[in-house]
Amino acid sequence: MDGYFSSYAIVAVLFGIGIVIFAGALLISRGLRPSNPTPEKAVTYECGVDPVGDGWAQSQIRYYVFIYLYVVFAVDAVFLFPWAVVFAAPGFGMTTLVEMFVFLAFIALGILYAWRKRVLTWT
Amino acid sequence: MPEVLDVAIRLVVIVIAFLTLPLIIGQTEHKAMAHMQARLGPMYAGGFHGWAQLIADGVKFVQKEDVIPAAADRRVFSLAPAVALVPYLVVMVVIPVGPGLFGADLDAGLFFVLAVMGIGVLGSIMAGWSSANKYSVLGGIRSAAQLMSYELPLVLAAASVAMAAGTMSLPGIVEAWQWWWLPWQAIGGVVFFVAGLAELRRPPFDMPIAESEIIMGPMTEYTGIRFALFMLAEYVGILVLSALTTVLFLGGWQGPILPGPVWTLIKIFVLAFVVIWVRVSFPRLRADQLQRLAWVGLVPLALLQLALTGVVRVLIG
Repeated sequence: MDGYFSSYAIVAVLFGIGIVIFAGALLISRGLRPSNPTPEKAVTYECGVDPVGDGWAQSQIRYYVFIYLYVVFAVDAVFLFPWAVVFAAPGFGMTTLVEMFVFLAFIALGILYAWRKRVLTWT
Repeated sequence: MPEVLDVAIRLVVIVIAFLTLPLIIGQTEHKAMAHMQARLGPMYAGGFHGWAQLIADGVKFVQKEDVIPAAADRRVFSLAPAVALVPYLVVMVVIPVGPGLFGADLDAGLFFVLAVMGIGVLGSIMAGWSSANKYSVLGGIRSAAQLMSYELPLVLAAASVAMAAGTMSLPGIVEAWQWWWLPWQAIGGVVFFVAGLAELRRPPFDMPIAESEIIMGPMTEYTGIRFALFMLAEYVGILVLSALTTVLFLGGWQGPILPGPVWTLIKIFVLAFVVIWVRVSFPRLRADQLQRLAWVGLVPLALLQLALTGVVRVLIG
């Protein structure tokens, strides 16, 4: 229990506590609540009218486009962090700053492209 | 042995904060919202201005029947509240309240926070999909789209702070903080807070939940204790967002006269109040307005902040 991983061990313990809190809340509730399931109760709730068709309905493709955009940019953004910590360290300075503007230009270009392609307009 | 005891005390404090502070925020919301709308809010439970209202709600929720719809995907349905709630508890381990007062100092703290908070989002997508309810599916997909869009400005604004401080450890960031970071990181701070608000799906960004049109979205089918846990997750989320904004942009425990932890708590509660205030003041954004705000508004602003941070840091340091 020492060195680099000990702080992550604390995180793991807290995660365990979180699970226990969730399980405990359900357990206490199980002891206190009534349980009287009827077929009517288990019907999907849709304004009190019997549900029509399946619950897993189709949805718009535009949501897919947003998620696609996100994946593209989030992968870029992940690499920003290790760079951010060292970019101003002695010996880097101007070079890394120029590199940052190249990076920003790429992201900005990506958004501009998406905007020009009218991905960001609602149809 | 003293080491183990030390860790145990830290964890106990975190769990107590996790279980009580969200209730205080919730009660503040009840009362502040009521008074802003010229109502009284809860007045009976517990006697003095209804202070025990949320405890009474909790007691009520625990005794309610746990109905799982026949059409639902049972296992995913029953796990979803845990996926929504537990990540926020885990995030609290790295948030520093004062010098040396934190659960654990991870050197990749900021990265850890962003990564783990992203998991909480899965809870509402899981809930929406597994309910097999049209409203829930709609809500779940709206959640997914909204959280994807706002994750990017959130991450970029946070990266700006890491650049300014030269570290990703949260206590390290607070120690590096100077008062002039306030104007310097102001854009990033606003972007982070607004994007965080959207991540929590709080009004005016509550399109996925929209109780007046899709009946609480992903949570439509939830009853009793599972629903209560979702609600708890929302308020813990407010706490975590306020605490993170405090630590990253407002200098955490730094402040004159008063001791550090008091400053942290004051800043957290002021921000939590702003969250409530915003809820009362603004109408809900439409789905397309939400997406526009993220991609046309916040992302370019966050990029601007990154450029500003980089230039100032290199020219000064």
